[in-house]
Amino acid sequence: MLKKFIDNSRAKSPWIMHFDCGSCNGCDIEVLACLTPMYDVERFGVINVGNPKHADVLLVTGTVNPRNAKVLRNIYDQMPDPKGVIAIGACGLSGGVFRECYNVLGGIDKVIPVDVYVPGCPAKPEAIIDGVVAALAKFEGLKG
Amino acid sequence: METLILIILGIVVAPVLGGLISGVDRRITARLQSRFGPPILQPFYDVAKLFGKVKVINNFWQVFCAWVYLIAAALSVGLLFAQSDLLLIFFVQAIGAVFLVMGGLASPSPFSQVGAQRELIQVLTYEPLIILVFASIFMVTGSFRIDEILNYDQPLLVKLPLMFIVLGYALTIKLRKSPFDFSTSHHAHQEIVKGVLTDYSGPYLGIIEIAHWYETIFILGICALFWHTSLVGVVVLLATTYFAEILIDNTMARMTWRWMLKYVWSVGLAMSFVNLIWLHAG
Repeated sequence: MLKKFIDNSRAKSPWIMHFDCGSCNGCDIEVLACLTPMYDVERFGVINVGNPKHADVLLVTGTVNPRNAKVLRNIYDQMPDPKGVIAIGACGLSGGVFRECYNVLGGIDKVIPVDVYVPGCPAKPEAIIDGVVAALAKFEGLKG
Repeated sequence: METLILIILGIVVAPVLGGLISGVDRRITARLQSRFGPPILQPFYDVAKLFGKVKVINNFWQVFCAWVYLIAAALSVGLLFAQSDLLLIFFVQAIGAVFLVMGGLASPSPFSQVGAQRELIQVLTYEPLIILVFASIFMVTGSFRIDEILNYDQPLLVKLPLMFIVLGYALTIKLRKSPFDFSTSHHAHQEIVKGVLTDYSGPYLGIIEIAHWYETIFILGICALFWHTSLVGVVVLLATTYFAEILIDNTMARMTWRWMLKYVWSVGLAMSFVNLIWLHAG
């Protein structure tokens, strides 16, 4: 019964952390907009934490390049399991318009495993909240 | 035998109550910010989730400190429920506070180190005030034992109104609420990441959270001593005090530790002084 409660709690308390791999700031602002009282994500137990060791869900925006890939990887490794990763915006998904640049690796998934992709340029706050909810399905999947 | 039952009751009931208070706190905070806020049981979901996470530790010392913090907090609440000696309770909770600082210092992370130093200053700020409150209770009732204090025939609040405000300062610092929340804080103000809790994760963060619930109940229990003569009085006093805490938390900005030390010591010591002189003269 205790295990069931813990598994249910996982879906009810996703603590998020966001990392900007150098986007145009559009997606980053939309992520922050999610956290404002207007959308009130705390209703779903979401808390914005600044510490990968406390985070359950990592929101990544922007293009990955060889320099910040190391940082991204480091942050990902510091998050204790179970964890989810959400790639946000066209740049996070594939590199977007910067895809062919010499220093752009491509999508976030070239560096760390991604669970949910949220498209858009920039992605809407509603879409990002949807993405977090979709990532919770991964935690739900752990129940079995 | 009765004492043992009371201790066990305290240790079992306190975290549940503390968690509920924390949930109500988040709810009221949300309403003050025109939001709906999480369910009341949210703190329990958070802690259950933390216990379901993989254990990541820096060193053994950190784990040890988290456990000592929890045990000291639980023991101080247990002793409070068992109506033991106020001084003994004071020293037991001080051990917990010191071990939290040591746990922060045990990790090499600079955020954790800074947080631990700030926590140490917070402890330095509120401990003298709590001991003064206990001393003034002794001056009124003639005993440090809670069971004898409870026999006193009128509310302590009548004789020690300023000491109650002083205890309020200690409560605000202990609950890590604004403007005294610089060692660590619950929400998104995070210029030193999470301060003293930076390197705790998963189950150990959960342990610290539970210890924090115990501490909430501990300080509220001390507040309850100020109107021990009627149950309604206790409830009204605690509800008002906690609501005032939430209100202050939401209207104040974080201050620096220098400001805290200067302000809390000067105002707190002055109020204690005035109250004690008044007590002595009257």
